[in-house]
Amino acid sequence: MQTPLAVEAIELSKTVSSNGNELSILSKLNLAISHGERVAIVGSSGSGKSTLLGLLAGLDSPTSGKVLISQENISAQDEDGRAALRAKYMGFVFQSFQLLPSLTALENVMLPLQLTGKANARAIALEALEKVGLADRLTHYPKQLSGGEQQRVAIARAFAPKPAILFADEPTGNLDAVTGERIIDLLFSLNEAANTTLVLVTHDMSLATRCERTLHLKSGHFTEDYVEASA
Amino acid sequence: MLAFSLALRQLRSHWQAGEVRVLLLALVLAITATTSVGFFTDRIQGSINSQGGQLLGADLVINADHPLPEQYLKEAQKRKLQTTSSLEFPSMVIHADASQLAEIKAVGEGFPLRGDLTVSQQAIGGGVSAKAQAASIPSSGSVWIAPRLAQILDLKIGDTVDLGNRKLQVTAFLQNEPSRGGNMFNIAPRLLMNQADVASTGLIQFGSRARYQLLLASDRAEIADYAAWAKPQLQKGERIEDLRSARPEIRSARDKAEQFLGLAAMVGVMLAMVAMFLASLPYIQTSLDTYALMRCFGATKKLIMQILLWQTILLALTGSLVGCLLGYAAQAGLASLAGRLFVETLPPPSLMPVLAGLVTGFAAMLAVVWPHLRRLQHVPALRILRRDLGDFDVASWLSFIPAILVLAALIFWNAGDLKLGAATLLGLLGLVFVTGLLAWLASKALQRLPEANSSTWKLGLAAMKRRPGMTVAQVLGFSLGLMALILLALVRGDLLQSWQASLPADAPNRFMINIQPAQISDIKQFLSDSGIQGIEMSPMVRARLLAINHKPLDTSQYKDEAKRLAEREFNLSWAENMQQDNKIVAGQWWTKSDAGKPMLSLEKGIAESLKLKLGDVLTYNIGGSELDLTVSSLRKVEWDTMRTNFFAVTPPGLLENFSASYITSLHLEKGQEETLNRLVKRFPNITIIDIAALLDQVQQIITKMTHAIEYVFAFSLLAGVAVLYAALIATRAERIREATLLRVLGASRKQVTAAVLAEFLSIGLISAVVATLTASGLAWYISTQTLGIPYTFNWHTSLLALIGSILLVPLAAWLAVRGFLNQPPRNLLNSI
Repeated sequence: MQTPLAVEAIELSKTVSSNGNELSILSKLNLAISHGERVAIVGSSGSGKSTLLGLLAGLDSPTSGKVLISQENISAQDEDGRAALRAKYMGFVFQSFQLLPSLTALENVMLPLQLTGKANARAIALEALEKVGLADRLTHYPKQLSGGEQQRVAIARAFAPKPAILFADEPTGNLDAVTGERIIDLLFSLNEAANTTLVLVTHDMSLATRCERTLHLKSGHFTEDYVEASA
Repeated sequence: MLAFSLALRQLRSHWQAGEVRVLLLALVLAITATTSVGFFTDRIQGSINSQGGQLLGADLVINADHPLPEQYLKEAQKRKLQTTSSLEFPSMVIHADASQLAEIKAVGEGFPLRGDLTVSQQAIGGGVSAKAQAASIPSSGSVWIAPRLAQILDLKIGDTVDLGNRKLQVTAFLQNEPSRGGNMFNIAPRLLMNQADVASTGLIQFGSRARYQLLLASDRAEIADYAAWAKPQLQKGERIEDLRSARPEIRSARDKAEQFLGLAAMVGVMLAMVAMFLASLPYIQTSLDTYALMRCFGATKKLIMQILLWQTILLALTGSLVGCLLGYAAQAGLASLAGRLFVETLPPPSLMPVLAGLVTGFAAMLAVVWPHLRRLQHVPALRILRRDLGDFDVASWLSFIPAILVLAALIFWNAGDLKLGAATLLGLLGLVFVTGLLAWLASKALQRLPEANSSTWKLGLAAMKRRPGMTVAQVLGFSLGLMALILLALVRGDLLQSWQASLPADAPNRFMINIQPAQISDIKQFLSDSGIQGIEMSPMVRARLLAINHKPLDTSQYKDEAKRLAEREFNLSWAENMQQDNKIVAGQWWTKSDAGKPMLSLEKGIAESLKLKLGDVLTYNIGGSELDLTVSSLRKVEWDTMRTNFFAVTPPGLLENFSASYITSLHLEKGQEETLNRLVKRFPNITIIDIAALLDQVQQIITKMTHAIEYVFAFSLLAGVAVLYAALIATRAERIREATLLRVLGASRKQVTAAVLAEFLSIGLISAVVATLTASGLAWYISTQTLGIPYTFNWHTSLLALIGSILLVPLAAWLAVRGFLNQPPRNLLNSI
C-alpha cells in the first residue's frame, strides 16, 4: 500500500527583488517526503535552506509552485489558513530556541496546545516535559534555564501536540558539542517513538547522516537526490 | 480568556524586560501632569469664581425691575442654596436743611453671601469687617452711609436722616461693599438700610424705579444647575448676573487666565503623546518577535488582535488610574503650598479631572498603539527565521493619522476655544513637518559628510547616520517637548506683562465728575499745588438717543442689556485726538479739518449691542435741540485700564455750545484723601467717585491669578522635563548595546561617552533651533490673535532654551547610560 506523502513540493520557486534586481533563491524544486520519513536538508550558508523550510512550513509563500501538507495545498491558503494548517500538522524546533520569555517552561509547552483548543493542555504539557527530563523545571522562565534546557523545552513544545511533521532548523546550532549530541539523541528518540515525519535543516553533515535521506541544496537546486540511509 | 491570560503574561514579561515600564511611566507622567493641572485649574477656577463672587456679593444674582416671582426663591430653597435678597432704588435723603439723591440699598439677613461689607466710625480711613461686628447688616431703624453722603449732608454718627416717611439713625460709615455692579458713573452715594424698614418709608409703590435682587450662593455645580433651570424662566425685565456679566474688567482678566490654564493643560497632553510615541517603539519592537512565534504556532490574527487590545486596555487603565492618583496627590501638595498664596481656602476638586484623565489615557494609549496593531497582526511568521522581516519602518509613520486625530481632539477639548486649539494644532503639525524635514535633511547631510578627523565625533555622527529614522523620531520628540515649554514661557511672560501694564500701580483710582468749564483751570491749579500733576479733563454732554437713520428709536427690538444702554442718557464727549489705548477697528478717526463736522466715533461693543454700523445716522436730543451725527468710526476700548473713556465721541467744534461738564480721573496715593476733602469743600458741586477699593480687589485677583499661573507653569515644566527623560530612556537599550559593542571592539570609556555626548549634542542642537523657531511663531500667533496682547520676540527665553537644551539633552543622555559605561563589557554582553 502506498503511504500518502506528508510533505510534497511541486515546481517550487522563490524569487526576491533586491535593489531592483530579481534574485532567484529556489528554482523549480520538486520534493516528496513520506510519512514517518526523516529527511535532512543540507547546504552552505545562503544556499536557500531556510527559505525552503519557510516555504514547506507555510511561513512564507512561493513565487510559483505549491506545497502540499498531507495533500492539503498550504500555498493556496491565506495567512490565517496557513496558521491553522501549522497548528494542525506541524511542530518546530529552532536554532535560537524561540521560547516566549513571558511564559514559564510549562506555559511555553502549553501554548501550541492552547492555540488549537486542546482541553487537557496542562496534562499533555506535563507529560512532554517529563519525557525531556524537565519535570523539576516547570515553573522556570526561559532566562532561568541553560541553553540545553531551553532547547529541551522547545522539543517538548514541538512534540506535545503530536504533530505529523516536525521542522527543525539547526537545532544544535547554539549549543556546545556535548549538549548538542544529547539534544539530537532526544529529538530522534522522540521522533521514533511518535513516528513523526522529520525535516531537519542543518549544515552539519554528521547530523544529516542520522536521517534516512539527505538533500543537498546548492544555489537553489538539489544537487544530488537520494543519499543512502545512515548507518 | 486565553487572550487575556496571554496578554497579562506578556505584559509581565515586558515589564520585567523594561520596555513597557517606560511606556507606562510616560503614560503615568502624562496623566499625572494633565490631571494635576486639571485638578488644580479646576480648583483655581473655583477660587477665581468665588473671588469674583466677592464683587457680586453672591455666586449668582437674579435681578429684576419688579418684585421677583416666588418661584426663584422656592426653587433655590428646594435646592438648599444660600439665599438673601436686596432692593435698590434712588431716593432723596434729607438731613436738617440739606438733601441729596442717594442710591438706597435695602438688604436682608445674610447679605452679602460672598465678600464682606467694610464699615468704620470715621468718615475717612479705617474700616473693619461688618461680619466681625455684632451686626453684619444695619439693624432695623439704622442706616450705614457712604462717606460721600456724610460729607454732602454734613452727617455724623448718631445723626438722624429722613428717608420718605421714616427717620433712620446713622450708625456707621460704609467704606466698602461688594456687589457694586453697574455703571459707576450713574451711582449716587450709597445708603444701606435694613429691608425690614422699607415698607415704613412708603417709598416703594407701584411704578417705583426699583431693582429687586435675589442673591444665591452654593458650590459651582449647584449654581450652574440652578442657572440652567432659571434661564428659561426669565421674564421681561429679569436677568441673571454672574461673575461673567458683572464686571468686564475682571472678566477679561479671567478669560485670559482660563485660556492660559487651558493651554497649560494642552502642553501636558502634547508631552504625553510625544513620550508615549517614543516609548512605544521598543515595546512594539519586542512584541514583533513574540507575535511572529505565535503566528508560527498557528495563532490567528484575531487572537493576536485580542491580546494587543487587552494589553492596551490594561496599560491604559493602570496608567490612567495611577496617574490620576498621583495627580490628585500632586495637586493636594500644591494646594497646601498655594494656601499661602490664596487667602481663601481652595474649594475641593471635582471628579471631572479623573474622567478627563481616564479619557485622555485611553485615547492616548489607543492612538499610540493603533497604527502598530495592523502591523503586529500581519507580522510575518517567517520573521522567526529572518529577523529583518516586519521591522519598524519610519515610512509607515504616515499611517499615524489616528494619533494626530486623537491629539487634535484632546487639544480642542482642553483648549475649550476653537481659535486657540486650532492655532496650537496648526503649530504642532507645522512643527512635525518642519522638524521632520530638518531632521531628514540633517541626516542626509551627515551621510555626505567627509570623514571627520575626530573619532568621537565620527562615532557619534555615525550613530545618527545608522538610524536616520530614529534620529528623526528623537529630534521630533525633543523639539515638541521643548516647543511646549518655550511656548509656555513666552506666552506666560507676555500675559503677565500685559496684565501688569494694563493695570499699573498708579492706575487712576478716583473719578471726578460734574466739573464746570469755568472751574477747570482752578481745579488743575489746586491739584498741581497739592502735588497731583498732568490732569486731563474730558468734556461730557448728556444726550438722549432719539432715532437711528431717521427712524424713531424702538427699544423693544433690543434685549435686556442693549435695551438699558439705549434707554439711558449717553455721555457724549469730543476730542481732537483719540485716547492712546483705543484702537480703530472700522472707519477712520477724524483729521483737524473735520472739526465741527457731525461725525461720531462709537465704541465697538455698544455699536454691536445697538446693531449700529458705519454710516448710520444717529439723532440725539441734547438739552432740547436735536442733532444728527453720522457714525464715522468704531473703536476698541480697553476698559480695564480704568482711564476715562467714552462710548461716543465727536470731533471738536460741534458740541461746545451745549452745556457740558467735565470729567477726569486721577491716582491718589493712600493718605492724600485730605486733599480731596479740601477740594470738595472749595468746589462743592463736583462729585468724586472712589474706585480705590474696587481697584484693590481687581489687583488682588490678578496677583492671585499670577501666582496660580506661575505654579501651573512650574508644574508643566517639571512634567515636560520628566517626559523628555522618559523618551530618552526608551532608546537606552539600543544605545547600551552599541556602546558595549564599541567597548568590546576596543573603544575607551571616554571615547564611548564622548560619542554619546556628540550624538545628543547634535540632536539637542537641531531640536532646540527648530523648537525655538516654532514656539516663537506660535507664541506670536497666540499673543496677538487669540489673547489680544502685543508680542515681542523674547531673545532671553529663546537663548536660554537653546543653551539649556544643548547642555541638558547630552547630560540627560549621559546620565541614562553612564552606569553601563562603567561596567566591564563582558558583563554587558551577557545581559544583551
